[in-house]
Amino acid sequence: MVTLTINGAKVQAEEGSTILEVARFYGFDIPTICYHDELTPYGACRLCMVEVDDGKRTRLVASCLYPVREGIKVRTHTERVIKGRKLILELLLARCPNSKTLQDLASKMGLEKVRFKMENEDCILCGLCVRMCAEQMGSGAIGFVGRGQKREVVTPFRTASEICRNCGACMFICPVVELQCRGVKSPGELCNSCLVFTPQCLEKYGQVMCTLDSCGACVEKEEK
Amino acid sequence: MKKIRTPEELEALRNSLLQQRDPNKPCVRVCLGTGCRARGSVDVIGAFKDEIKRQGLAIKVDSKQTGCHGFCERGPVVVIGPKEIFYQRVKPRDVPEIVSKTLLNGKVVDRLLYVDPATGKKTLYEYEVPFYKKQRRQILANNGRIDPTNILDYIAVGGYQALAKAITTMSCEEIIDTVEKSGLRGLGGGGFPTGRKWRLCRKAAGDTKFVIGNGDEGDPGAFSDRSLMEANPHSILEGMIIGAYAVGANQGYLYVRAEYPLALKHLQIAIDQAREYGFLGNNIFSSGFDFGIKINRGGGAFVCGESSALVASIEGKMGEPRAKYIHTVERGLWNKPTNLNNVKTWASVPLIINNGADWYAKIGTEKSKGTAIFSLVGKVNNTGLVEVQMGTPLKEIIYDIGGGILGGKKFKAVQTGGPSGGCIPEELLDLPVDFERLTEAGSMMGSGGMIVMDEDTCMVDVARYFLDFLQYESCGKCVPCREGIKRMLEIVTDTTAGRGKEEDLELLQELAETVKDFSLCGLGKTAPNTVLSTLRYFREEYESHVRDKKCPAGICKDLIEYFILEDKCTGCGACLKLCPQQAIQGEPKKLHIINPAKCIRCGICRDACPYEAIITR
Repeated sequence: MVTLTINGAKVQAEEGSTILEVARFYGFDIPTICYHDELTPYGACRLCMVEVDDGKRTRLVASCLYPVREGIKVRTHTERVIKGRKLILELLLARCPNSKTLQDLASKMGLEKVRFKMENEDCILCGLCVRMCAEQMGSGAIGFVGRGQKREVVTPFRTASEICRNCGACMFICPVVELQCRGVKSPGELCNSCLVFTPQCLEKYGQVMCTLDSCGACVEKEEK
Repeated sequence: MKKIRTPEELEALRNSLLQQRDPNKPCVRVCLGTGCRARGSVDVIGAFKDEIKRQGLAIKVDSKQTGCHGFCERGPVVVIGPKEIFYQRVKPRDVPEIVSKTLLNGKVVDRLLYVDPATGKKTLYEYEVPFYKKQRRQILANNGRIDPTNILDYIAVGGYQALAKAITTMSCEEIIDTVEKSGLRGLGGGGFPTGRKWRLCRKAAGDTKFVIGNGDEGDPGAFSDRSLMEANPHSILEGMIIGAYAVGANQGYLYVRAEYPLALKHLQIAIDQAREYGFLGNNIFSSGFDFGIKINRGGGAFVCGESSALVASIEGKMGEPRAKYIHTVERGLWNKPTNLNNVKTWASVPLIINNGADWYAKIGTEKSKGTAIFSLVGKVNNTGLVEVQMGTPLKEIIYDIGGGILGGKKFKAVQTGGPSGGCIPEELLDLPVDFERLTEAGSMMGSGGMIVMDEDTCMVDVARYFLDFLQYESCGKCVPCREGIKRMLEIVTDTTAGRGKEEDLELLQELAETVKDFSLCGLGKTAPNTVLSTLRYFREEYESHVRDKKCPAGICKDLIEYFILEDKCTGCGACLKLCPQQAIQGEPKKLHIINPAKCIRCGICRDACPYEAIITR
């Protein structure tokens, strides 16, 4: 067991666990997108960055990957961290404005405006589906190709995969495609509908299906 | 060939080589580095061989191909021993004259000598040329002396003696102590002390360990690793063998870009020869230490120069970095302790072992020891490979060694460290070059690229160029690097196109800082350096793009207008004939006028005008 401080609270943790696991266990909320309990941490979304003081220097680390060490001081919500997280979320929202996961996170973090030119991509390249397919489904039917702006998730040679069993796990875990936010009316707008107690959904659906969590029910209802 | 098993055998081989080789025998050394090859040095050495054969001089004179001499600007470079007469820009047609005059009679061919543009004086010897005078060439010392494809040449200049000394007389700890005491530092962003890295790797748990030589030099404008690999591959191998012995590794990898075919060829020849002589393989110098080196060719991704991406690439995975909270010296290649150094760092090791830590520690500044190698390029008179003592002021490198700015123009900025580095302005020209000073100035040592820019360079455009390179070369794994660089490029491109808004600059600054803080690997962490440094030193240029919609340097096409000066135009019509858009009107011998609506700002007219009557504004 190692002892560390998270936001001033002295906590104990098992050796080998990551800051994110420990922080969540003790109830500290750190936002993530590319992280999933049952998959290898990937460290790509950078939303889980926290400040760690190891006695020598303070630096920003990805909490989903950083192993806890004796005596470190972790701060999960410093100004530097929050400023960066907001900007990263803004970058993601500019890429995928209609993702409910991203829209909800934006409301939670108090993001007010997206200052970049809006795109309409479907994928945020979090890699959850790739890891899900390889690690949990034992298949590895999809993977990343290309680098930089050309990076995308595809099957080998973009043909129908022979090893894909159509299990749908990739779709299940995808934080973007599965849940589409229907509240955004103009580009750059942040919806906020689900997180306020007088949601705009009321006008549309007559009944509030969700307030604080993304259940997706309102979307389904509209489709019906 | 009998394998060499003891230092005595090596010494005996060297002595017999020195006896066989008459130091007074005339010897032609032709540079066959990539730069001189491009200028036709293959034909030059061919001509020398033919001429020597034709005149039946094969017994009297030697001819030899060497690696890069560094002075690429004046290639093909030929040095005639034993007097070391330095000829530059040699053409095959000059060869018969050189053979009959210099080789046979010891006379000098005057017109091939280097003329110092500052004094107009001709210089006879390589060391007299101002380009070399202020350098301290120790890693590159043998580049122009030895044939890189012949191990005997390397042994003749004292090669593999450091290895013999290290393996037979020093313990692993002693070697690491020596390297640590010397103050040698790695060439990654932070300049991590090499000795400390070795020690960590030695202490790391596990029997299987690896060493890696990083020769994946991908920066635009940098070629120091390439030149070293092409010209003196054995020095890299020797350093790696010593390092492997010290940390306890039995397998080494050299990761070299596939775009360096000559370096790959020379390294492979060197590895085969070293194996033949017993410097690689089993039981090196009868010590029981086994070591082999494999070459891995990089697939052309800039990010694979980053250590963890390089490791992934060797493993056969996608060349993507991972978080290094557990360092590669503990868990690197195939999760085994791995010691990775740049090829230049490896090549410094034999020097330190031979001359001692104190000798090395005396060179350089307080915290940065030894020498730094720069690929001096851009708007400078003498482009080429430069090795200077740490702490040499930038001014000395650019003006004394580089010979000042091309065409007598005014200096504007110098970019060090490749796309990850920053632009250093004129007021910091006295800056002594070392790890700390460069970092403080917002740049870095890195790969050792040094791009000089003159007054005709638009700094916003420079930032745009490097961002464009980086957005293509980012691996795309983490959000700040992939999306952040794209958005920075978007803002900077808008600025150069006159669509910029004032609040964009604030956003650019904020974005650059976040990308620097939040990115996963060194590529993303250093990617905003060009933006941050140009915003810091050349903010007024951004502001004039945004506020006045003007490009002060006259580069950004959307913000400039070509204009013919009334008092200089003679009406010769040279511009009119060449304009692809028929945008120029005018009658012979009368003032010509450019129609801005038709002009596409290609600049052909300005280049064509013999009277410099066309300007941008």
